Amino acid sequence: MNTIRRLLKENTREYGMIIALIVIVLLFQLITGGVLLKPLNVTNIVLQNSYILILAIGMLPVILIGKFDLSVGSVAGFVGAVAAILVVKYNMPFLPVFLIGLIIGALVGAWQGLWIAYANIPAFIVTLSSMLIFRGFTIAVLDGRSIGPFTDTFQALSSSFLPDIFSGGVLHFTTIILGIIGCIAVILITIRSRAEKLRYGFEVNPPSLEIAKTALICFGILLLTYFFAAYKGIPTVMVLVLALIILYSFITNMTVIGRRLYALGGNERAAALSGIKTKLLTFISFVNLGVLSALAGMIFAARLNAGTPKAGNGFELDAIAACFIGGASSSGGIGTVTGAIIGALIMGVMNNGMSILGISIDWQQSIKGLVLLLAVAFDLYTKSRE
Amino acid sequence: MSEYILEMRNITKEFPGVKALDNVNLQVKKGEIHALIGENGAGKTTLMNVLSGVYPYGTYTGDIIYNGEICTFKDISQSEQKGIVIIHQEMALIPYLSIAENIFLGNETAKNGIINWNECINRTRQLLEKVGLDENPNTLITNLGVGKQQLVEIAKALSKNVQLLILDEPTSALNEQDSQKLLNLIKTLKERGVTSIMISHKLHEILSIADRITILRDGKTVETLDCHSSEITEDRVIKGMVGRELVDRFPKRENVKIGDVIFEIRNWNAYHEQSSERKVVDNVNIKVRAGEVVGIAGLVGSGRTELAMSVFGRSYGKNISGEVYKNGKKINTSTVASAIKNGIAYLSEDRKKYGLVLIGNVKDNVVLTSLDKVSKNSVIDENKEIVVAENTVKRLNVKCTSILQKTMNLSGGNQQKVILGKWIFTDSDIYILDEPTRGIDVGAKYEVYKIINDLVSRGKGVILISSELPEILGMCDRIYVMSEGKIKGEFDREQATQEKIIKLVI
Repeated sequence: MNTIRRLLKENTREYGMIIALIVIVLLFQLITGGVLLKPLNVTNIVLQNSYILILAIGMLPVILIGKFDLSVGSVAGFVGAVAAILVVKYNMPFLPVFLIGLIIGALVGAWQGLWIAYANIPAFIVTLSSMLIFRGFTIAVLDGRSIGPFTDTFQALSSSFLPDIFSGGVLHFTTIILGIIGCIAVILITIRSRAEKLRYGFEVNPPSLEIAKTALICFGILLLTYFFAAYKGIPTVMVLVLALIILYSFITNMTVIGRRLYALGGNERAAALSGIKTKLLTFISFVNLGVLSALAGMIFAARLNAGTPKAGNGFELDAIAACFIGGASSSGGIGTVTGAIIGALIMGVMNNGMSILGISIDWQQSIKGLVLLLAVAFDLYTKSRE
Repeated sequence: MSEYILEMRNITKEFPGVKALDNVNLQVKKGEIHALIGENGAGKTTLMNVLSGVYPYGTYTGDIIYNGEICTFKDISQSEQKGIVIIHQEMALIPYLSIAENIFLGNETAKNGIINWNECINRTRQLLEKVGLDENPNTLITNLGVGKQQLVEIAKALSKNVQLLILDEPTSALNEQDSQKLLNLIKTLKERGVTSIMISHKLHEILSIADRITILRDGKTVETLDCHSSEITEDRVIKGMVGRELVDRFPKRENVKIGDVIFEIRNWNAYHEQSSERKVVDNVNIKVRAGEVVGIAGLVGSGRTELAMSVFGRSYGKNISGEVYKNGKKINTSTVASAIKNGIAYLSEDRKKYGLVLIGNVKDNVVLTSLDKVSKNSVIDENKEIVVAENTVKRLNVKCTSILQKTMNLSGGNQQKVILGKWIFTDSDIYILDEPTRGIDVGAKYEVYKIINDLVSRGKGVILISSELPEILGMCDRIYVMSEGKIKGEFDREQATQEKIIKLVI
């Protein structure tokens, strides 16, 4: 019991976030009369939020180093527009368009990174400028109109599902298999890291607790698996998002570059005097965000089935808000990928739930704004109690 | 009326998990200069924060009696109304406002919210005259040196009709000259009837101006000494602070063989970062032998830090020229990464600003410069990290609740040990230590010296930069004296005396 209390105390933030998400989900499940967690709607939530999730993943490293990027929405819109033109007007196939899109994103990121890292211009100014520049570009290349529709292969980016191996059953078989693989992976990783810790002679949690924790995670995975399997299976875009979550969690938690991001955000001068190439790291973070913005932009365009002048409007604020709701610090050095994801999901679920309830967009905005404030206030409160 | 302007009785203040003050008593006589001393973490600053209302009435127990009445300050403005003004260790001036604006900040010479600038400037002039600062009231704070900034702080206090002035380590950032000026000013204020409480680590300063000394240790009052009546020496005060007699302030270095020259800086020049025509390091040549502690004595601003930082990856300065040799071979130190790779370590004089990631924990800070040693293919092995951090904490005797404690919650001495631990783990060959004992208490200083001894006993070379002459004389095998960017002299341990060095320093 004491161990549990200690774990809760040490991880108030992480667990608090997860609990908040669960509470919000249950709340909306209740007041929407069970519509929220219908398999169809769960799939919808993922599809609706995939691009925000991707932007939040890209935004996190930038926020970790104490900066932020206001231009991601415009960049996403611009890349979506370029993709639409290449596909619709020039009949280019999916892969080259996709790659060109990502390259444009990288170039935009490099442009911003140069000004921010090497010319020492505040990120606020540089990205505000890009926000205007690329919104302008978007409207200009589209000539103010929407261009569509995309080819089926391009649309598949946001609307396809993993193929079913044994089609025809009630449940989607591939999905179930993937869910089980996921559980096995979680169990194996837990066992391995525990063995490793024991080998070093470190203290570990009692087995009962470890088993309970793993069981809970597996239960969560299987529950999600069920939701997807009961509809059309796992959306392809979700596989992409999951892969990015795992990759970026790994990078931020386990790698040298990740640790350096935290150090840079925590104290830039001290990081520099520890031999960290702070300028290069800043530059890379922005290039990375540029690429992910482009990816998000193409997914969004595929979902709309058109490149439109307004695409991506306000995405930057959702992505930044997701990171802050997820516990990141606006002055840098603190934050996690999972936190940002949970932050994005909290907003996504609320959007979806409120839409089901018929609450209009304007009110949704206001409520989201309030949630951002309360989340950060709660965060500061728990921090001050430490 | 009693002879005391201030009595603090049985003050107890608790923070979650710690009793910072435990039944502390402090009595300050009217018109005296009262020194408050103790090791870091003894509770001096906390006590002053209780007095000035930073910790409001009700969050502590005990009574504060000021001018005969019990005080119940809810915030600083209430204590300031009574003439109690505190000048904090970290100065609270706004850099891009003028002297006049800073002095009357929060207390503007205004009527109905409209500021009367002529009145403001006029009164600022009078105040500056009182503190002996010859500057235009419209000068921006950022254009003043720290010494002058400190005088502005005092002028600000005077503008509030101060009766009891509290100075928290007022000279810690000042050089000898500015310190002396400030101490003289405090004496002048005393003649005008201002009572002062001064917190400081510099014992010689305290002994030169204080009337009485109260010593705190571990949140308790140890004793109050009268500087006039009895024979009070530095050793006597130190005994009170640490609770034991510190026989030798510098640990003995035994069986350390000084070997060949392993590090050499040749013809080093560097110019000021902002005004690039100003030469801050002027043709400096320095040699370090294996197992040798080489001191660089000099005032703040003499070019010591600029020399160290320009050598360490060109972290400071412009138009840098010169050569660095290690074991007779020329090495590249043009970036911090290459300097580290070539075995150079630099411990900054400002550990909070340039040394630590304060929001990071002990473990992350210890491994920061050598992440490659705890990782494989760029993937960090957290278990290895923990082992390294635990070993460092144990070996350097870092007092922390765990290696996961954030470094901002450590005391100054322990923060310094974490940074030393970081460079020791990096396994550098040349350790450039810039004021490694600044602002840390006597006990922690001793431990830092032991770490230095341990380094040289393993054949490393140490460059010790310090403004404290006893430290230079007590620790170094050879001493360079720096002034105005130049090496003004070089002494062996046997030849060096305080007088000889001071002559060259100024």
